[in-house]
Amino acid sequence: MFDTPAIVAMHAPDGFLEPGVAVVTAVIAVVVTAIGLRRATDELGDRQVPLAGLAAAFIFAAQMFNFPVAAGTTGHLLGGALAAILLGPWVGSLIVTVVVVVQAVLFADGGLTALGYNTINMSIVTAFGGWAAFRLLRRVMPANSAGVVGATALAAGISVVLSSAAFSIEWLFGASAPVAFDTVFGAMVGVHALIGIGEGLISALVIAAVLAARPDLVAGAADLDLADLSRPARVGTRTFVIGAFLSTIVVAAVVSQFAVDNPDGLEKVAEDEGFISSARDHALDSSIFADYATSGVDNATVSLAVAGVAGVLITLAVGYGLLGASRLGRRTQGA
Amino acid sequence: MGGGHGSSVDRLHLAGDTIIHRLAPHVKIVATFAFVISVAISPRQRVEVFAVAFACVLTLIMVARIPLRVWLARCAVILPFMTMAVLVPFVGGGEQTEVLGVSLSTDGLWAAFNIAAKALIGASASIVLAATTPVTGLLEGFARLRVPRVLISIVAFMIRYLDLLVAQLGRMRTAMVARAHDPRWLWQAKPIASSAGALFVRSYERGERVHQAMLARGYTGVMPDLVEQSRPRSDWWAAIVVPAPVVAVLVLRLL
Repeated sequence: MFDTPAIVAMHAPDGFLEPGVAVVTAVIAVVVTAIGLRRATDELGDRQVPLAGLAAAFIFAAQMFNFPVAAGTTGHLLGGALAAILLGPWVGSLIVTVVVVVQAVLFADGGLTALGYNTINMSIVTAFGGWAAFRLLRRVMPANSAGVVGATALAAGISVVLSSAAFSIEWLFGASAPVAFDTVFGAMVGVHALIGIGEGLISALVIAAVLAARPDLVAGAADLDLADLSRPARVGTRTFVIGAFLSTIVVAAVVSQFAVDNPDGLEKVAEDEGFISSARDHALDSSIFADYATSGVDNATVSLAVAGVAGVLITLAVGYGLLGASRLGRRTQGA
Repeated sequence: MGGGHGSSVDRLHLAGDTIIHRLAPHVKIVATFAFVISVAISPRQRVEVFAVAFACVLTLIMVARIPLRVWLARCAVILPFMTMAVLVPFVGGGEQTEVLGVSLSTDGLWAAFNIAAKALIGASASIVLAATTPVTGLLEGFARLRVPRVLISIVAFMIRYLDLLVAQLGRMRTAMVARAHDPRWLWQAKPIASSAGALFVRSYERGERVHQAMLARGYTGVMPDLVEQSRPRSDWWAAIVVPAPVVAVLVLRLL
């Protein structure tokens, strides 16, 4: 389930969003990358080329790390938040951008005209969003390696959800298909909340391993005493996975209360501005989850919550099924 | 979809001596972008534009003598989006059309066609570019197109060390498998993540060593120019010829 939905948000092909969005996002991406290059020069000096190059190669290779998800299926790291916490948000987003661009130009993975929004969703939002979440969480976490690892877990998970939210917002402005914002937002955020569990767990364990060996290499822990950091943090992996899964379900149940009220905040904006004159209710209206309220359940709050939870479970099942298809594709790709 | 990239970037280039292989890389890059942009901005209902564009891509593939098998295999990266395109007519709203007794959204069908056509043509164009141009050529081409040198040097370093890191990753995996590591659930992922952490430390330290070695060889913060191959002329006609049919049809139909 981790592979396919990740691609749905990311590595979008040509023409997936309307040209206007492609142009605007491309301009933003170029500006941020230019500033990132300057910041990288300031931070790394003449070590910039070899260090950023090898860090980018690491992110590229880290995306090949398949980790187990459930019952033998595997997922892989996206790495935006991890890169930011290791190297700072500017260098971090720069190197993930390098990876995204190389994947598009050399591997046809992501369209050339989609580079703007792919870069924003996969590197800029994950690196800066992940970094911002990390800094905020560090304030409430203990100032030791356990605090850094815990903040990494949550921040990396949040960064993936932010990325999916960014995609949904771009969809609001440049949808290429008559699928309503609500549907896209619900599906994307739901799926990515689950992907975020894996991303958070793996990122945290990577940071824990780096802290144990070279604590000076973790930019996100630069303010802490190195001697304290090298003491290993104990991470209860199993507790984390189960806890994160349960909190995802809770979040789905709670968020659905706000997200699906018609018209919700963003959609209201879009309606006022006339952006979504073409967006309509979708064909699943007659299904039992139409508008995310379960028919047959009288209490509106309970009904929405049930729909939200069911949404998470269904996306999980669909993602699991799609994984089979993507695996078939992968096998033929090596030729 | 990092898992499917294979290990060697150099394998992407298929050696050959066709007219497309011989074109200057920077011209090829401009031609590819111009072509893909003209396809991406085409309105979805202009089926003939996509037909012409697809014919153009197929012609390029034939002329460059890229085996159809290789092209199709590399197109597999867009499969997940094709799956999504198939779903859109079922969840899409608006006017409905009966197809084989199933009610489908008309707009959804157009959207599916739009996503599938643009993704396929765009990916194919990138595949032609990568298959006919060596990586060093591409880097040189982007340098001639005024992409900052620093950025190109970073990409060059990444590509140069990627195989090495992937091999290191493979050895770690072998070592784990040799010790009967066969995780099936997410909470068993710790050894893998620890290996990733170790790989980062080793990569970063390699970067530090490489930097020292570069300093020892007189590095001043600027990479020496990539070897410029002498090319008799800049074949700019290609940058016009490749996207021309698409643009022509597009303009004719919109008039």
